[in-house]
Amino acid sequence: MSRIGVFVCWCGENIARVVDVDRVVEEVAKLPGVRCAVNYKYMCSEPGQTMIRERIAAEKLDGVVVASCSPHMHLKTFRKAAQAAGLNPYLLEVANIREQCSWVHSDRNQATEKAIELIRISVAKVKNNHALEPIKVPVTRRAMVVGGGVAGIQAALDIADAGYEVVMVEREPSIGGKMAGLSETFPTLDCSQCILTPRMVDVGQHPRIKLYTYSEVEAVEGFVGNFEVTVRQKARYVDITKCTGCGECSKACPLKKNKSEFDFGMGTRPAIYMPFPQAVPARPVIDKNVCAMLTRGKCGVCAKKCAAGAINYKDEDKLVKEKVGAVVLATGYKLYSIGKQAGPIAGYGEYGYGKYKDVIDSLQFERLLSASGPTSGKVKRPSDGATPKNVVFISCVGSRDNAKGLTYCSKICCMYTAKHTMLYKHKVHDGQAHVFYMDIRSAGKNYDEFVRRAIEQDGAKYYRGRVSKITEQDGKLIVRGADTLAGEPVTIEADLVVLAAAMRPADGVTELAQKLNVGCDQFGFLMESHPKLRPVETNTAGVYICGAAQAPKDIPESVAQASAAASKVQITLSAAELTREPEIARIDEKLCAACFRCYEACPYHAIEKAEVRNRKGELVKRTARVNPGLCMGCGTCVSVCPSKNADIEGFTEQETYAMIESLI
Amino acid sequence: MNLGYYPGCSLHGSSDDYQQSLKACLGALGVSLKELDDWICCGATAAHTLNRKLSIALPARNLALAARQGCDELLAPCSMCSLQLKKARKAMAEDLALSAEMATIVEAKPGGARVLNLIEALERVGLETIKTAVKTPLKDFKVACYYGCLLTRPPKVAEFDDCEQPESMERIVSALGATPVAWNYKTECCGAGMTMASEETVLELSHKILADAAAHGAQSIAVACPMCHVNLDMKQSAIEARYGSRYGMTIYYLCDLVGLALGLTPRALGINRHFAGRTA
Amino acid sequence: MDFHVDNLIQAIMPGDSISLLESLAQTRVADCYQCGKCTAGCPRSARMDKKPNQIVRMVQMGEVDAALKSEAIWQCVSCETCTARCPKSVDCAAIMDALRQVSFERGVTSKQQAAVVLFQKAFLDSVRRNGRVNEVEMIAQYKLEGFAAMRRLDLLFDGAMLAPRLQMHHKLHIIGEKVRDRDLVRRIFARCKDGKE
Repeated sequence: MSRIGVFVCWCGENIARVVDVDRVVEEVAKLPGVRCAVNYKYMCSEPGQTMIRERIAAEKLDGVVVASCSPHMHLKTFRKAAQAAGLNPYLLEVANIREQCSWVHSDRNQATEKAIELIRISVAKVKNNHALEPIKVPVTRRAMVVGGGVAGIQAALDIADAGYEVVMVEREPSIGGKMAGLSETFPTLDCSQCILTPRMVDVGQHPRIKLYTYSEVEAVEGFVGNFEVTVRQKARYVDITKCTGCGECSKACPLKKNKSEFDFGMGTRPAIYMPFPQAVPARPVIDKNVCAMLTRGKCGVCAKKCAAGAINYKDEDKLVKEKVGAVVLATGYKLYSIGKQAGPIAGYGEYGYGKYKDVIDSLQFERLLSASGPTSGKVKRPSDGATPKNVVFISCVGSRDNAKGLTYCSKICCMYTAKHTMLYKHKVHDGQAHVFYMDIRSAGKNYDEFVRRAIEQDGAKYYRGRVSKITEQDGKLIVRGADTLAGEPVTIEADLVVLAAAMRPADGVTELAQKLNVGCDQFGFLMESHPKLRPVETNTAGVYICGAAQAPKDIPESVAQASAAASKVQITLSAAELTREPEIARIDEKLCAACFRCYEACPYHAIEKAEVRNRKGELVKRTARVNPGLCMGCGTCVSVCPSKNADIEGFTEQETYAMIESLI
Repeated sequence: MNLGYYPGCSLHGSSDDYQQSLKACLGALGVSLKELDDWICCGATAAHTLNRKLSIALPARNLALAARQGCDELLAPCSMCSLQLKKARKAMAEDLALSAEMATIVEAKPGGARVLNLIEALERVGLETIKTAVKTPLKDFKVACYYGCLLTRPPKVAEFDDCEQPESMERIVSALGATPVAWNYKTECCGAGMTMASEETVLELSHKILADAAAHGAQSIAVACPMCHVNLDMKQSAIEARYGSRYGMTIYYLCDLVGLALGLTPRALGINRHFAGRTA
Repeated sequence: MDFHVDNLIQAIMPGDSISLLESLAQTRVADCYQCGKCTAGCPRSARMDKKPNQIVRMVQMGEVDAALKSEAIWQCVSCETCTARCPKSVDCAAIMDALRQVSFERGVTSKQQAAVVLFQKAFLDSVRRNGRVNEVEMIAQYKLEGFAAMRRLDLLFDGAMLAPRLQMHHKLHIIGEKVRDRDLVRRIFARCKDGKE
């Protein structure tokens, strides 16, 4: 016979005002199996919990029902109390008589009846509950960070400084991301590389950071605490252990005029190149698509010049496996491609990007401004190298544009456009900046003052209105826009036009996300677990996100999120074993028919196709098997299992039917 | 190849040189045109300006005739007509109540005939076919391809080419051996139906088009709309007088150019009935 | 005037007028965030008394009367550039059409409007009579009514210089075409007028 204790909480006035708690206690005490029933003003308080513990001991209870607020609030509290009294915590249930009763009904009689019924159901369930033990999963106490931009760098340094080994995987030949290519950053106008490169060097030299550059994640297996990641190290054709970074190879390379990726096409680089002088690692890579030796078997000058013998034309991609306990995705962003586009996201044919040389995007302009850029920091127009005297900056190109397919605001453009006007004015004293905008979004610390400075002190002209069309006439760009505040159309003859293109997730992120079972939103940004309260976690345990990969944001926010993700990683790695809630799926392998419908249906890939063998090693049967590290207890397998074999611990079919039957 | 043919009022009126050119050119390409019997005006600007229901009903009547006469495809060489027919067709397809209302008003079920503008019709014939049929390539012809407003806008209704940087006419012109020039006023408005009610508007807007075409080295402008032709051709001398410029710009219908390349004479194509530029 | 829009026009409150215009235009004015791209691309905006984005703004705010009285809606050439480029897919050209349709119903007020409306009316009258436009008949009606209504002598003689040349190129068709089923055309016009035959 069961020995159940029922504890009814008043929750001050929240429950007691509507539900007659005395009558409830009187009625539920009569339920078969109930040994004691009491009520108290605040069950979650210290005296309330003490009451539960003392009753469990005194009455030798083997099951507890607490009738109170939502289990979301205090289920853990009450279960800890039960555990302290020696009762398995999973033999305690919460009946929600507040959110589902007293807060939504006003009739006292009806509410009281309902509260009694709710408790009746929970009592029926508890009688069928099994004692459960939390699941322990071993943890590999190492982390991986995918992406070597400022967010990835910050996350890696935080985790490594906390004492854990970090494997960083970066797609480009050097870490640094987009920030390494910026000129100066808002609102301080700090030189971007000056503040970033020390961090890059820290990463390169950190004893606990293993850096794979020019590499990508090929495959991921496993689960939280136990990931095995296969990394593809792309062939550099340069042995970076032998190479001294002297640069003679690049100087000697005869194929000098290739569009530079780092300069976004504004400059050129040789076939063997270091992306920029401060690269980490400071080693070159050969572009296998243009190198004469690799494409046609001719040349070989770089190998001849290399005193260290580091050139290796026979290099090949390598696959390496790394075991880690947690993964941080910090893959960053790219800019929206402005010209004609295929697919649901349309381009801006009306702006002539790609058609007119002097219509460029904001990252391209950054390279022109950068002191180490293709024009040594002088603002020169791409078409003829002349200094532009009238530069038009257009905001919201791609962003906030339902018709083109991107409805969101890219957050940083208002700030960097103001910055661009200031840097332009500082370099071209007799130049005039014109900005076409819809709104100014400058919500950070010292941000609004920064934008006002651009207008009030550096003379930028701001027109509130969008630009309809750009055409080219006699070497000038005719920009047709509007000034809605003055109520007039405005035409400007510009020498250069800079388009603030929308921030988009980096290429290939959706494929990477799929490898890790992380979701993406409709625009391709990585999905956080909860937009308010869990911005750096994902719905896959052990995988965290940070930076612009999650949504458009600036450097301070990316750095903050990176540290947040690092902190979450440290929680995961903090113990040698991870404890998981045991309320997960259970499959009776004796009865399983191995139809594998659950395997197909499981959204977390938590079900394996396993084989059962006898002592001789012969195959006895196949079965579906739940991976206790991955299962999130969603119940999908239960609903598809045709033999009613799969079940959820803590929410078994038997418990559920008992609840229903108790009402009939 | 057979195509249903909806001339529209202009092609039977003062722009019947367009019809002459079209028939000669398409005839030479082996396209036979079956004129829609008892077609009525599409309503043009007047209907959509003054009465929404009428602006859908008049095209609906023509679509009903097309259905009854077994025309699945209808060539409408005037871009206003082609757009109004496409607009009505789309509005009815998306709103069944409207479709039913129109069926009552025009006393027949409007069908879903596909509407083609001149360029779409030539594309149906096929660029390769046209290229092969060229007898006298139009080398030394520097042509500014002018789309005007209604061939490509609004994009969701016209569903034709790219509304910002269209290239379909250029492809045909190139196939004829001519040189299409790159210029800035491909899709800018000529002033449309304001020719009589607000002549100033047409003079100003069409002047910009002529000036830009000339500035980019064009000797002629190709059009696929009779209204654009009137504004650029018939009004050219008025524009020259107003703005003190001399253009002498020949305004060809696209089918004029195709016809010339196929070896037809300017007279056969009605080019001698144009007002400005080279008319022989 | 021969043609009317829906009878709903009778008692118009601001909220009603916005819905009426939206249902004629099949678009939602609340979607517009006043970016001004329509004004920027409009070939006529420099000469308009109210710019396209201001017209939409007035409709948004329920100031429909002001929009109906503007010159702008009659200066518009229906080039559809505004609609094609609007980032919120607001059909600005259709709103202009809807305002014209409603303004016509209420009576015209300015010389600019008068000329345009008389022309369109002459066009539709010709279609109603013949099923197709008879250009000579249409132009004659426009000029005579225009002179009568606005005392504009220039209208009478505008374009007269073109006539000889048109004749020379056989472009003047004095005897226009008539469709066979003209009665159906008249019934169509009547039904679109106010639902009655």
